Amino acid sequence: MALLEIRNVTRRFGSLTAVDNVSFSVEAGEFFTLLGPSGCGKTTLLRMIAGFDLPDAGAIVLDGVDMADTAPERRPIHTVFQSYALFPHMTVSQNIAFPLRMAGIAPAQIAARVKEALALVHLEEKERHYPHELSGGQKQRVALARSLVSRPRLLLLDEPLGALDAKLREEMQVELLEMQREVGITFVFVTHAQSEALALSDRIAVMNAGRIEQLDEPSRLYGIPRNRFVADFIGKINMLEGEVAESGDGRVRLRVPGLGEVQARVDGAPRAGSTAAVALRPEQVRIAGPDAPLDLPNRYRGKVHDFLYVGDVTTYIVDLPNGQQLQALLPNSSPGRAKFFEVGDPVSVAWPAEAGVVLTE
Amino acid sequence: MGSRRTLRWLVGGPPFLFLVVFFLLPALIMVVASLRYPGEFGGLAPLFGARPGEDSGLTAESYTVFFGDWVYFEIFAKSFGVAGLTTLVCLLMAYPLAALIARRPRTERNLMVLLVVLPFASNFLVRVYAWMIILGPFDLLFNRFAVICGMVYVHLPFMILPLYTNLEKHDPVLLDAAQDLGANAWQRFWRVTFPLSLPGIFSGSALVFIPVLGMFAIPEILGGKDDWIVGNMIKESFLGTRDWPFGSMLSLMLTLAVLAVAGAASWLAARGMRRA
Repeated sequence: MALLEIRNVTRRFGSLTAVDNVSFSVEAGEFFTLLGPSGCGKTTLLRMIAGFDLPDAGAIVLDGVDMADTAPERRPIHTVFQSYALFPHMTVSQNIAFPLRMAGIAPAQIAARVKEALALVHLEEKERHYPHELSGGQKQRVALARSLVSRPRLLLLDEPLGALDAKLREEMQVELLEMQREVGITFVFVTHAQSEALALSDRIAVMNAGRIEQLDEPSRLYGIPRNRFVADFIGKINMLEGEVAESGDGRVRLRVPGLGEVQARVDGAPRAGSTAAVALRPEQVRIAGPDAPLDLPNRYRGKVHDFLYVGDVTTYIVDLPNGQQLQALLPNSSPGRAKFFEVGDPVSVAWPAEAGVVLTE
Repeated sequence: MGSRRTLRWLVGGPPFLFLVVFFLLPALIMVVASLRYPGEFGGLAPLFGARPGEDSGLTAESYTVFFGDWVYFEIFAKSFGVAGLTTLVCLLMAYPLAALIARRPRTERNLMVLLVVLPFASNFLVRVYAWMIILGPFDLLFNRFAVICGMVYVHLPFMILPLYTNLEKHDPVLLDAAQDLGANAWQRFWRVTFPLSLPGIFSGSALVFIPVLGMFAIPEILGGKDDWIVGNMIKESFLGTRDWPFGSMLSLMLTLAVLAVAGAASWLAARGMRRA
């Protein structure tokens, strides 16, 4: 049985349906992420799991028990708030001891467990400090320790890394993963940052307008997005819109106006004449000189419009004959080469048939 | 840098000068006055060059009288009792109201705060006399109860405003966090809201407690002869018996007592903070 089950949950605010008939389940020990743009309903869903809000329809079931009549303070679920919500009048130790005191645990035992929690987040030397004396990253750790110390069944994290700068955020991501493995508590993580979600999660539910667009493992979300929204939201992607010319045997030929035919793989068999798009990750597009021998079914000529050098890779933006721009990623791993192509250079771009995913939704 | 310094003096100078002339100097004058003899027809006896048979120079007589009779101690104790009780009643009434206002939508809050200070728009004496009309028919006048009623009524806004200012700044997510971590409504109040509102409680209490000690009009109008407090004694010394040295001494004693209470309170608060 799944640890947490969300069954047909709906929440409306006036005429707005913030969460629209959402169902999924989270297994024990999983790192589960709700990913979506702001206003997609992920935070509303999180608040309902925590108990601060109640669904208009549907049920939230934890360990087989419907939580509808359980107040937030009685749910074995803790939340790490985006603003950390540390108690400013308590020291680090007192903050961490708070849930244990509320649970009526003996003082001697509290002291031992606070020590343990401080060690988990590497803040032993800060126990007597007040929150205002801590850096953002340290506050974040105290908030984590405070939420984990009483061993909840489920930990909810509401954009917990949102307030940290980029470098610290990456460090905290690694720490978060290690921490979760160490304590073995199930995490439900809410974020709008797709790279963060991909890096951390066992599974991700991509939400949009109150619904789940796709629920999958990170690599499948990235590699096989189910629709245009997911493809566009996760990572960078090129989208070539066209009309189905022929499909069968898991392959499809698409007529893209001004460009010609594009081959791609497909799961179903889209009807000939229907509109569809080929979604193509920049790193799957090969870029070479105009006359380089590229034995690939999809091969087009273009001109370098611009490029973005970011150290490990360079992203080239190529103007295609139909006026569209295509992004192609080239690793900078060959020694001594800072740049392959200049703006205005004629190039050819190509990709194998398996590279593109056909999206009909 | 020089111009910045000039600016600082231009801005800070006038109020500084004002306080020196009208607060510090008078306070020193009062210290000296408390150590002089009363004049024959009220006021103060001269320091030098008295006529034969007249007192002059400095004396500690006022202090000897004060410390030589329990009655003054009793009046001080009674005054602190009245001030303490008034502060407590104000606190108990103001806290829920301030909390309620702080949780209203912002637009409503300003209107509610306006209503709280609205009584100041009518004359102080009129408001106190109104209590005579209210309490008179029930035969509740001229006793401690009537005094406390009047004191609470007049000073309540001074408790509400600092409390409201404090409570309004509380981050509501802290209460969510407390609840999330297992605190029920009672625990959320006593472990989060209350400790965070202590600064508001202290400033509100000071704004009520200290003026009540010096208040003479309310005990005079609503109280009986037994309900006189320090304020009445000071007023009586200056305007009734016209014994200025004694009045000055009383006033100084009151200041010292208030400072002692404030000091003790902040010491207790600091200790409480460390322990909590």
